[in-house]
Amino acid sequence: MTQDSVKTSGFKVVGTRPDRPDGVDKVTGRAKFGADMYAPGMLHAAVVRSPHAHAKIVRIDTSKAEAMAEVKAVATRADFVDGLKGEDWNILENVMAGEKALYDGHAVAAVAATSALAARDAAKLVEVTYEILPHVTDVDKAMEEGAPVIREAAANHSVPDGMHANVVRFHESGHGDVEKGFAAADLVVEETFQTEATHQGYIEPHACLAQLGNDGRGEVFCCTQGHFNVQKICAKLVGTDASQMRVTASEIGGGFGGKTAVFIEPVALVLSRKSNRPVKLVMSRAEVFRATGPTSSTSMDVKIGMTKDGKITAGQGTFRLQGGAFPGAPADFTAMCAFAPYALENVHQRGYDVMTNRPKQAAYRAPGSPMGAFAVESVIDELCNQLGLDPIETRLKNASKEGTKASFGPPFARIGLVETLEAAKDHAHYAAPLGEGEGRGISCGFWFNHGGETAVSLALSEDGTAALSVGTPDIGGSRASMCQMAAEELGISYDKIRTTIADTATLGYNEVSHGSRVTYASGLATIKAARDAVEKLCGRAADRWGIDRDAVYWEDGCAKPSGSNAGDFDPLPLAELTKNMGATGGPIVGHFEATPEGAGVSFATHIVDAKVDKETGQTSVVRYTVVQDAGKAIHPTYVEGQYQGGAAQGIGWALNEEYIYGDDGRLQNSNFLDYRIPVASDLPMIDTVIVEVPNPGHPYGVRGVGETSICPPLAAIANAVSGAAGVRLTQLPMSPPRILEALDQQANG
Amino acid sequence: MVEVNLWLGLRDLADGNDKVEVDAKNIGELLSGLAAKYPRLEPVIEAGVSVAVDGRLIFNDLTEPIAEDSEVYLLQQLKGG
Amino acid sequence: MSKIHVTTTVNGDETEFLCDPRETLLDVLRDRLALTGAKEGCGTGDCGACSVTIDGRLMCSCLVLGVEAEGKSIGTVEGIAEGEELDPLQQKFIEYAALQCGICTPGILVATKALLAKNPDPTETEVRYWLAGNLCRCTGYDKIIRAVMDTAADLRGAS
Repeated sequence: MTQDSVKTSGFKVVGTRPDRPDGVDKVTGRAKFGADMYAPGMLHAAVVRSPHAHAKIVRIDTSKAEAMAEVKAVATRADFVDGLKGEDWNILENVMAGEKALYDGHAVAAVAATSALAARDAAKLVEVTYEILPHVTDVDKAMEEGAPVIREAAANHSVPDGMHANVVRFHESGHGDVEKGFAAADLVVEETFQTEATHQGYIEPHACLAQLGNDGRGEVFCCTQGHFNVQKICAKLVGTDASQMRVTASEIGGGFGGKTAVFIEPVALVLSRKSNRPVKLVMSRAEVFRATGPTSSTSMDVKIGMTKDGKITAGQGTFRLQGGAFPGAPADFTAMCAFAPYALENVHQRGYDVMTNRPKQAAYRAPGSPMGAFAVESVIDELCNQLGLDPIETRLKNASKEGTKASFGPPFARIGLVETLEAAKDHAHYAAPLGEGEGRGISCGFWFNHGGETAVSLALSEDGTAALSVGTPDIGGSRASMCQMAAEELGISYDKIRTTIADTATLGYNEVSHGSRVTYASGLATIKAARDAVEKLCGRAADRWGIDRDAVYWEDGCAKPSGSNAGDFDPLPLAELTKNMGATGGPIVGHFEATPEGAGVSFATHIVDAKVDKETGQTSVVRYTVVQDAGKAIHPTYVEGQYQGGAAQGIGWALNEEYIYGDDGRLQNSNFLDYRIPVASDLPMIDTVIVEVPNPGHPYGVRGVGETSICPPLAAIANAVSGAAGVRLTQLPMSPPRILEALDQQANG
Repeated sequence: MVEVNLWLGLRDLADGNDKVEVDAKNIGELLSGLAAKYPRLEPVIEAGVSVAVDGRLIFNDLTEPIAEDSEVYLLQQLKGG
Repeated sequence: MSKIHVTTTVNGDETEFLCDPRETLLDVLRDRLALTGAKEGCGTGDCGACSVTIDGRLMCSCLVLGVEAEGKSIGTVEGIAEGEELDPLQQKFIEYAALQCGICTPGILVATKALLAKNPDPTETEVRYWLAGNLCRCTGYDKIIRAVMDTAADLRGAS
């Protein structure tokens, strides 16, 4: 697809801050989320889960559960399709265990009953006989000789000989000669880092209402980031045609990557087929923690050399990520993103994707990138401290620009890292004095962003309004920006457009709402669909005036003759052209289908002040500023919201959140009391600066904004805390016990 | 002929080269050409790769054109998160 | 298990229902009374998405049994607007974009209404501590706190 010119000025609707179209639904309780749908005759389902981290499933006795009058169906792996291969098999194995339970919480059976209470009772009556196997949940231990093997022969072609069978993917990239670079440095710092697994922590647990007949026709209503993906996977796992499986996305109560995966919908469908009733399946919070997709935990070594005046001479990183009981930990992304902000002559990075007895990791905002940034940006901070250099000036000195050969290979196109660093340097926050016991941290972050398969349709109504159908669930207010872009193109007002998240039977395939792609890709498709509709409107005007189509153009919501040669006609407003469209050629619908390939990469720079109480080890975030390149902010308020949300999640990851596994391989903290996400009293206001360096791959210059905002916080906070505590923190979360331990170690030399 | 830069992890699968040349006018031809010339790269390409052409990151599109003098990098598959 | 008959008031309307003694008030509101505005985010009183008022007091409805509603007056998000008129707080949440996904919004609105009824002039710190029982994962709370503070200021100005 060729790139069009980018419009960067003269906007009427884009860049304004209208109320979101679904606002009233959301403040009145009217909006229907995943668990809010009911059907006549509906059954409730409950899932039986393994209490063991690793165990052979010897026998499943469902007879007692089936004997309960309220129970209408019981399902095990035998009720799903046989013979799947590759990633399809992995997904099925995760949805319902086959021969082995691979982690604490792995589904082994499910029941459907006439009430939720009866389903829960029945689940307890399913008797599973396990033969317990040795387990491993730690990434470094899983790579050691003698570690229990999660699955034999799961490694692919990328893994070098001699690695443990749990290492299933390997990535190596870079350029130059790092040894030469380190030799040219005045100072080389090498450090090892660890981060714990965190959960996306969306407040809405996974929920669905599903129906499947023995004719293979299925219906699913569920909360998901991608209902077309649910359609595809459900069809495969239950053995029906994708076209027979119609999936409707509910309102979604947060996803952040975690609702790109499929866990419960195929289970509800199988139970529905067996019972011939609609089945509702809603996860509990404990199930969300134990059996959906948290992030990887990591163990990382980073070594960086720098000259006295702040030039980085070489960077080297080794990133080990456990991704649970299946391949897929984003070690490659960690490796590719870690050094991306810097123009390095010598850089070398390795990534290891390692299996353990934990739930399969899922995407969480810029998967893999925040951890690598934590390690690299911590070492840069340490170098700046030891060499007495300003952290922003040093980053500016090394910053990637258009044409820089990226750490992952190719040259960068137009990017905005320098602009974010300059804006951070000029921000009042950076000049403000620090209080007693406070430290200030800086970090940059990088994410690729994504395009993906996209289909959009825009139907005009007789009354001159437009119904826009997109296939990407609205996870943070995207309907507003879609309406704005359509309004901009059509020249009608924002509130004359309604954006609907269409079901899978209505549009062509749309990839999941991930990769910060919605405003970019669905936005691009919306603009092109609107231009398609405008093209047709101009044709109708040309017909009416009896002139050539080429002699008509569109401006301010009207068709106009392009000059005196074209004829002297009054402008025809959109509503005038649609009023009688049935009699002038039929309905007018604009549409666009493509896989746009111009998602611009994006960078951010964060500034954070943190205060550490050296007696208790407690950290408070005192001040926070996010500076990020949005390319073009369609609805600046919701862009700010993405920046603030990413920063807040990063604060949780840095300071509190972690998956804690016991020696028995069981998750110890599967609730919001013990897995503590930031609450209102933990956080300050989060200041934002939107930098706009247009992305040449979008008609208005949009870059995705949702993910990059979580890349810098881990490092920025670690740098602030290390400054405040006077000791380098290398392990996340920096919870009070870890800070006290670091202070003790320093005191005891 | 188009010169293709490989990531380091692929060197051993391409007879020790980190730059290879294939005849291709678009990404689809580039990938099939690579697989034909270096059969050990075939599983890598089948598993999914992305390509950078003159600094543009192309995640999926096999029809994207490539010129003789394009700067081309094979990349670990880029995907949404 | 036999069901129990309960008579209560929900958003001003006298309401009767039968429920299992193990059902929570949240289950009853959602599954029996079709009031799905209150959400279950955790079921353990940690997230506040199920916040309701019981005789004017803010509670997590997942921690209250349905049978305990007998003779009480329950307030949910569905009762905040007056007919077709949104409450000023609801209007302000839309205007400030104090929600992204919106799943925590009903609970936060109910909790904030309860705060402003007790304290029409809260400090930012008071708002943050009052809402510390209502988890929001999308916004970082910034725009929520601003919307609450501004609503309180408007209401004080109007009275």
